[in-house]
Amino acid sequence: MKILVPIKRVVDYNVRVQVKPDGSGVATDGVKMSINPFDEIAIEEALRLKEQGKADEVVVVSIGPDEAQQQLRTALAMGADRAILLQSGEAVQPLQAANALLKIVQEEQPELVIMGKQAIDDDNNQTPQMLATLWDRPQATFVSKLSLENNKATATREVDAGLETIEVELPAVISTDLRLNEPRFVKLPDIMKAKRKPLETRPLSDVTGDFSEQELTITQYEAPQPRQKGVMVESVDELITLLKEKGLVA
Amino acid sequence: MSNVLILAEHDGQQLNQSTAKAVTAAQALNPETINIVLFADEPESLATQAASLPGVKTVYAVKTDDNQWRLAAAIAPAIATLGQNHSHIFGPSTTFGKDVMPRVAALLGVNQVSDIMEVLDSHTFKRPIYAGNVIVTVKTPDNKPVVGTVRTASFKPADYTNEAASIEHQELKNAPTHSRFITLESGDSERPDLQTASTVVSGGRGVGSAENFQMIYDLADKLGAATGASRAAVDAGFVPNDMQVGQTGKIIAPDLYVAIGISGAIQHLTGIKDAGTIVAINKDPEAPIFEVADIGLVGDLFKIVPELTEKL
Repeated sequence: MKILVPIKRVVDYNVRVQVKPDGSGVATDGVKMSINPFDEIAIEEALRLKEQGKADEVVVVSIGPDEAQQQLRTALAMGADRAILLQSGEAVQPLQAANALLKIVQEEQPELVIMGKQAIDDDNNQTPQMLATLWDRPQATFVSKLSLENNKATATREVDAGLETIEVELPAVISTDLRLNEPRFVKLPDIMKAKRKPLETRPLSDVTGDFSEQELTITQYEAPQPRQKGVMVESVDELITLLKEKGLVA
Repeated sequence: MSNVLILAEHDGQQLNQSTAKAVTAAQALNPETINIVLFADEPESLATQAASLPGVKTVYAVKTDDNQWRLAAAIAPAIATLGQNHSHIFGPSTTFGKDVMPRVAALLGVNQVSDIMEVLDSHTFKRPIYAGNVIVTVKTPDNKPVVGTVRTASFKPADYTNEAASIEHQELKNAPTHSRFITLESGDSERPDLQTASTVVSGGRGVGSAENFQMIYDLADKLGAATGASRAAVDAGFVPNDMQVGQTGKIIAPDLYVAIGISGAIQHLTGIKDAGTIVAINKDPEAPIFEVADIGLVGDLFKIVPELTEKL
């Protein structure tokens, strides 16, 4: 069985991004870029399924600039078998991303797509659900536990009310939550080996049409309203007095 | 003029407060009509609740088999079909809404506006990106339906009224059989609901163990508060996932938030920035939580928290 893992190149989660002074965007020049952390978890899960003998090939795919080859190479160093980059110089919104991924799904015929529940740059949380819809297949989103048996996936989902378990027939799309696994560290020999693994690049326009009519336009970027500076108290008594003054405790 | 369809959320018995908040967001559009769609195996009393939300014209109460109403793939096509007669389709930005609404958007051929925090006009909205570090204003295409999820911490719930919208009963037909609900495991629910409580007491890694969390529960019980936790405390196994507050947990806006032994990672802060008053108790005076706290107390939480519980 083949597993397809879509990944995104994003600003590293440790970077605190700043809005450009003119409000035209987010300053990303020279900042560290990484695999979206949720996608890294998706890669790890696919590799573990392969190591358990439940999958025989893990293919990673990304949509992004040429530099996204770095993140695909990292995925290959983690253990993925081959990689595809759909080149696009411009940011791609979820509907177009899902359409592009659908084309790759139709070509590759995976039985499972595992991907991060959201990218930590635009925080959309849409592409997995959209891909499942366009593919007309089931989804299990926000998954923290996954097992495969008899052409079905049993997935435990992190939902507001607790942990929900559902069963979906394969093929299916799985979106990962943080507690699914802890991704492995890449070792130096694996980085060397990854350089020889196949990485195919093709223009995004090869697989999708024009989505400009569907695009949301961002007209302004701004920093959030900061909270007012607070006060420090020295004792529990002082804290209780302040809370009483604000009418927050009886 | 806008015609809004709202996807209602519930637990089988009660409408979730996110529904009343989505109504408030919809009202900001000055719409011609607001309709609600809800899916349930026993929709009658839920439909009555939804019908008393202000300004609602029609409640579409769709009866499903057993737990089908929990499955995004089962209900999304029916929402999209109803949605074709509406200019806006809103759902809550909860795990339920996040699961299903992008499917609706894909069926209608649009991108979704995720986590709407402010309605500027019928096609212009504010939403957070980069874990709330940046707020963007987005404009949706003029001639297409708007599919959005409503960030619940940004809107007050609309008050229920004595009026009643009309209820139209339907049945869910031809739902796919490829997905099946098995179980839902919830933490104990004796305390107030984390997402709607006016006071929340949260513990972090600094609390140290599942046993020590008793201290947090005791303080919460004294305050009549809900309990929450940071991701670190959930990852460490101190508490179940449904207590997690933050970017990947719950986004909340209580009147009082007490953060105990929580350092204040940006992903946690994004979940509480709409709280009225934030109290932080932490032994590290440099902890980032103090940058957002309205009242900070540096010290040993194992002394401070029992003393606070005692004296309140």
